[in-house]
Amino acid sequence: MNILENIRISFRALAANKLRSGLTMLGIIIGVAAVVALMAIGRGATRSVTSSVEGLGSNLISISAARNLSQTGAQSKPLYYSDYLVIEKETSNVIGISPSYQTSAQVQYGSNQSQFTITGVSPDFAQVQAYTIAQGRFITNGDNSAESRVVVLGSQAAIDLFSGLNPMGRDITINGINFTVVGVLTSKGSTGFFSTDEVILIPLQTGYSRLFGGRALDNGKRVLSSISLSAADPNEVNNVISQVEYILRRDHGLTLHDTLPFNVSSQNQFLSTLNTITGTLTVFLSAIAGISLFVGGIGIMNIMLVSVRERTREIGLRKAVGARRSVILMQFLVETVTLSLVGGILGILLGAAIAGVVTLTGLITTYVSLDVILYSFFFAALVGLFFGIYPAYQAASLRPIEALRYE
Amino acid sequence: MIELENVSKIYKLGQNEVRALDGIDLQIQAGEMVAVMGPSGSGKSTLMAILGCLDVPTEGVYRLEGEPVEKLNENQLAQVRSRKVGFVFQQFNLLPRTSALENVILPLLYDGVHGKARTEKAKAALITVGLGDRINHRPNQLSGGEQQRVAIARALVNDPTILLADEPTGNLDTKTGEEIIGLFQKLHQEKGQTVVYVTHDAFIARHTQRIIRLVDGKIISDDPVTHPILAGTPRPEEAGEIK
Repeated sequence: MNILENIRISFRALAANKLRSGLTMLGIIIGVAAVVALMAIGRGATRSVTSSVEGLGSNLISISAARNLSQTGAQSKPLYYSDYLVIEKETSNVIGISPSYQTSAQVQYGSNQSQFTITGVSPDFAQVQAYTIAQGRFITNGDNSAESRVVVLGSQAAIDLFSGLNPMGRDITINGINFTVVGVLTSKGSTGFFSTDEVILIPLQTGYSRLFGGRALDNGKRVLSSISLSAADPNEVNNVISQVEYILRRDHGLTLHDTLPFNVSSQNQFLSTLNTITGTLTVFLSAIAGISLFVGGIGIMNIMLVSVRERTREIGLRKAVGARRSVILMQFLVETVTLSLVGGILGILLGAAIAGVVTLTGLITTYVSLDVILYSFFFAALVGLFFGIYPAYQAASLRPIEALRYE
Repeated sequence: MIELENVSKIYKLGQNEVRALDGIDLQIQAGEMVAVMGPSGSGKSTLMAILGCLDVPTEGVYRLEGEPVEKLNENQLAQVRSRKVGFVFQQFNLLPRTSALENVILPLLYDGVHGKARTEKAKAALITVGLGDRINHRPNQLSGGEQQRVAIARALVNDPTILLADEPTGNLDTKTGEEIIGLFQKLHQEKGQTVVYVTHDAFIARHTQRIIRLVDGKIISDDPVTHPILAGTPRPEEAGEIK
C-alpha cells in the first residue's frame, strides 16, 4: 500500500462526488485566487510607483520650505536663492544642484491656451531630475545670465500646445510674454502620480525679472520653491542631507532643538515610506486571505466529516479485509489534501487570470510573482492537512464491527 | 485451530447489560466445515465477528492457531484479518462504482502485494467462483448471486485458512443459496479450508459436517452431520425446513 495507491483511491472517491468536491474546493479556490490576484495588483502598483519615483532622478534630494508648521510652534521661513548659493558652495559629494521656482501661468500658442505650471530652473535641473533632451537644447547658464526669453517643453506640454506641430523655434506666450521654444524633453514615460512630462521650463533669472513678480520676493530677497540636489552616490544621500540641514540651521539662526522649517527629503525616504505602506497592505491582504482560506478549510472539514459518516460501512469493510488504522488515516488525509491542493492550483490559475484581465484593462500592470504562487500552494496544502486530520482520525478510529453494522 | 474458552461478549445498553455471548466453549479443527444456526439475536453474528477478529471478547480466551487474540494490537489484528481470515457478509459489502476485479484486489492491496501478481491472484479467485467473464463488471451490473460470488472471491483471494460466512445466502433466493453453499463445499474439498457458515436454513446447514445451535448466547447443541448433503441434491418437499 503506497502513497500512489492512496492518491488513486482518493481521486476516485472525489470523482464519485464531483459536484460536492467542486463546491468544497470553491472556498479554497476563491481564497487562493483572492490572494494571488490582490498580491499581483499590489506588487504591480508598487512597481509602477517605484519606477515613477526612480524616474525623478537618481539619488535625488529635495529641499523646500515646510508648510503646516503651526502644530510644532516653529516659524515658517521661505527658502532663499542665497541659501542655494551657500549650499552649492559648501556641500561635498554633490554632483548636481538646481534651484527652482514654480508658478502657475496662462500659456498660449495660437488658439491653444491653458494653465500650466512654469518652473524656473538652472542648467543642472535636467541632470538632477533625470530629464533628457529630445530636440534642441536645454537651458544654459548663458540663458540665465542674459535673462533670455527661452523655454523648454516637456513632451506632453509640447503635444498639448502644438498638437503635433514641431514646436522648435516657435514662440509661445506665458502670461502674455513671448518665449521661444529652444528644446523639447524626452518623455519619461512614467505613469500616474507625477505629471513629469507636462513641465514648462524657463531660465530662473528670466522668471525673476519678467514673470514671477512680487510673490518671488521676500523683503527684497529672491525666494525659491525648492532646491534639488543629486548626491554622488546612493550611500552619500544621508550624509548630504545632514550637511544641508546643518547649513540651513546655521544660516537661519536655529539650534539643533528647533524644528527645521524646511523639508529635506530624499526619494529613499519616500521609497521606504512606500515600502512600509505596501508592507502593511500585504499583511492586511494576507490576513484577509488567511481568513478566507481558514473558512474554506472549515468547509472541507465539514464535508469530510459527512463523508466519513456516509462511508462508515466502506471503512468497516476496508478494515475487515485487513486495512490498518494508518492506511485509513492516510486515505482520508490524502483526500483532503488533494481537495485543497487541486483547489489551490485552480485558485492560482483563477487569480492569475484575474490579474491578467486587470492588466488588459490598462488600469495597472499586475505582477504575478512566483513566491506568492508557492506560498499559496503550500498554504493550501497546509490547510488541507490541518483540517483533514480530525475527519481522518475519526475514520481511522472506527471499530470494524460497528462500522460494518452502521446503517 | 479455533479454540474458544468461556468466551463472553457483553454490551452495555444504558443500565442494562446484554450478554450477546455467554460463556462459549468451542473448538473447531483445521479443515472442518461447520454450520452455525440459531434464531435472530442468539449471538451468531457476534460469534462470527469474534472468530473473524473484527471484535474481541469481553471475557474469556480466543486462540487462533494457538495464539491468544486478546494479546494482539490493532495492527496485528488487521494483519490476521488480511492473511488468515476470509469473511463473507450477508450484505455483500462490495465497494460501489468499483469493478469486481478491484473489489477482489482490496485485501491484497492492504497486504502489500504489488503489480502483476496482484491482478493474477484476483483474476484466479474470480475464476474459482465462476466469474471469469465478469471481472470488469461493477456491482450494480451484477445479480445478487454474482455479487456474493465476488465477495467470496474477495474472501479467498489471500488464501486464508478460515472462511467465515455470516448468512451469505440470507439475501438470495433458495436456488442461488444452494449454488453458494455448493461453492463453499467445493472450496472446502479442493483447498481444505476451514469453513464456518451461519444459516437459518436447516437444509443448507446439513451440507456441512457439523451443526452448532446457539440460543441466547449459549451453545445448546453441537452435533455432527453423519451424511452431509452434496450440493445440487434436490430439496425434500416436506422435510425441508426443520426449525
